Amino acid sequence: MMVLLSPVAAIGRSTLAMLSAIGRVTIYAALAVSHILRPPFYPREFLHQLLHIGWLSLPVVGLTALFTGGALALQIYAGGSRFDAQAVVPQIVAIGIVRELGPVLGGLMVAGRVAAAIAAEIGTMKVTEQIDALVTLSTNPLKYLTVPRILAATLSLPVLVAVGDAIGIFGGYLVSTTRLGFNEAAYLRNTVDFLEVWDVTSGLIKGAVFGFLVALMGCYHGMNSGRGAQGVGRATTNAVVSASILILAANYLLTELFFTA
Amino acid sequence: MIALSDVHKAFGPKQVLRGLTLDVAKGESCVIIGGSGTGKSVCLKCILGLVIPDTGQITVDGQDVTKGDRDAFLARFGMLFQGGALFDSMPVWQNVAFRLLRGRQKRPKLEAREIAIEKLRRVGLTPDVADLYPSELSGGMQKRVGLARAIAAEPEIIFFDEPTTGLDPIMSGVINDLIREIVTEMGATALTITHDMSSVRAIADKVAMLHNGKIRWHGPVAEIDTADDPYLRQFVTGSAVGPIAAVR
Ligand SMILES: Nc1ncnc2c1ncn2[C@@H]1O[C@H](COP(=O)(O)OP(=O)(O)OP(=O)(O)O)[C@@H](O)[C@H]1O
Ligand SMILES: [Mg+2]
Repeated sequence: MMVLLSPVAAIGRSTLAMLSAIGRVTIYAALAVSHILRPPFYPREFLHQLLHIGWLSLPVVGLTALFTGGALALQIYAGGSRFDAQAVVPQIVAIGIVRELGPVLGGLMVAGRVAAAIAAEIGTMKVTEQIDALVTLSTNPLKYLTVPRILAATLSLPVLVAVGDAIGIFGGYLVSTTRLGFNEAAYLRNTVDFLEVWDVTSGLIKGAVFGFLVALMGCYHGMNSGRGAQGVGRATTNAVVSASILILAANYLLTELFFTA
Repeated sequence: MIALSDVHKAFGPKQVLRGLTLDVAKGESCVIIGGSGTGKSVCLKCILGLVIPDTGQITVDGQDVTKGDRDAFLARFGMLFQGGALFDSMPVWQNVAFRLLRGRQKRPKLEAREIAIEKLRRVGLTPDVADLYPSELSGGMQKRVGLARAIAAEPEIIFFDEPTTGLDPIMSGVINDLIREIVTEMGATALTITHDMSSVRAIADKVAMLHNGKIRWHGPVAEIDTADDPYLRQFVTGSAVGPIAAVR
């Protein structure tokens, strides 16, 4: 009987574990958000994080967008030519980058870079008692460490996405005009005429949500890091994996919300 | 002033504190001794609310440490962590002046820096250390920076977790004198953990020996050589034979 039931027990256990993890993350997120508007504020920390999360992610996000835009143009051209629709390359590249690939790939790249860095830094602080030291120095770690990071990521990701959008479209433009024989002026005109404001803003909103998730996962896993180097390593991995999955899931939900009317 | 009564704390199946009761009076320097791994550091963390005891009560000035205004409560304390726990993202002087650069004790940057350098001098470090990062210092220097940080805001109650481990005998002497001075001149209350019997004699008014999760013996420092508790005897003489097992 016990043998028969053990798989069921295992499923039950992991479901319970997952639900309680979701609960803990939600409480942590609510707590962090509630501290954003309450003093004391740490503007220097915030600016520092803005530099690290936003500015230093530009090359990664830019290169990702550039290559993706180029590859997308080639694929759409090849696919479109099957039913004589090669001409839609500028429009589809624009909408694909701005609505989907810009925010999602940008978010995933930042997850790899930033969630890992945050989790490793905070996790190390935790295992070396620096978090305890912060508390004894009358500083709330949630305010001092988490809030600046969440704020910086949430505000800088839309900007990164906007830059990524422009570079991605430029990548498509470059490939289309040099390899696929598109007219330069016509390509740009088609792109600009076709895109609507909401296409762009929806992508930027996605970016903000993804930025929040990335910093939240980095901080949460760092703060709950296990002991020793191994604990920090595991926290880092968990931060990147959970941030990536949450980004993809949130992307689906937001797309459903924004574009099925 | 600080009163622990019947405090229990377990980590998973491992029972660390089993009914710890201890009183420290205002302006007193109390030293906790005891074998490695007996829960001395955990005891300090319980008082600060960093570790929540399973049962038992801890009060400071009659006020339960888990209730009330945590900020005001913690502002009265300074703590030297066993591992130093310096912030490795900022230079030494900002570590020392951490409290003076933000929050309710905030003051101008230059003034905070001057205070930091003065505190560094008191723990035997030269001003050129101020702009280095903690990772550039030796273990003993890190310990002393941690000590400078603990005393920087002149708290009323100071905890030192092994202030002299990793220091040479001369530096140990300097630090022992400093702790004694802080208690007698500033009237601070100090709770120190140490394994170093010469430190015990130099800084303690009162000694408490922790064994098996409880206070095994406590009394004035003058009595540690004459008391006939076999556990204390073994600890003070540093003998491998006695009631305290050598393998723990
Ligand atoms: N956060 C924690 N999680 C699990 N176990 C812990 C934790 N903190 C302490 N312990 C355990 O509690 C016991 C007492 O630890 P503590 O650090 O208080 O020892 P100590 O008396 O300070 O020893 P030492 O003199 O070596 O510093 C140890 O066995 C340790 O493994
Ligand atoms: Mg200890």
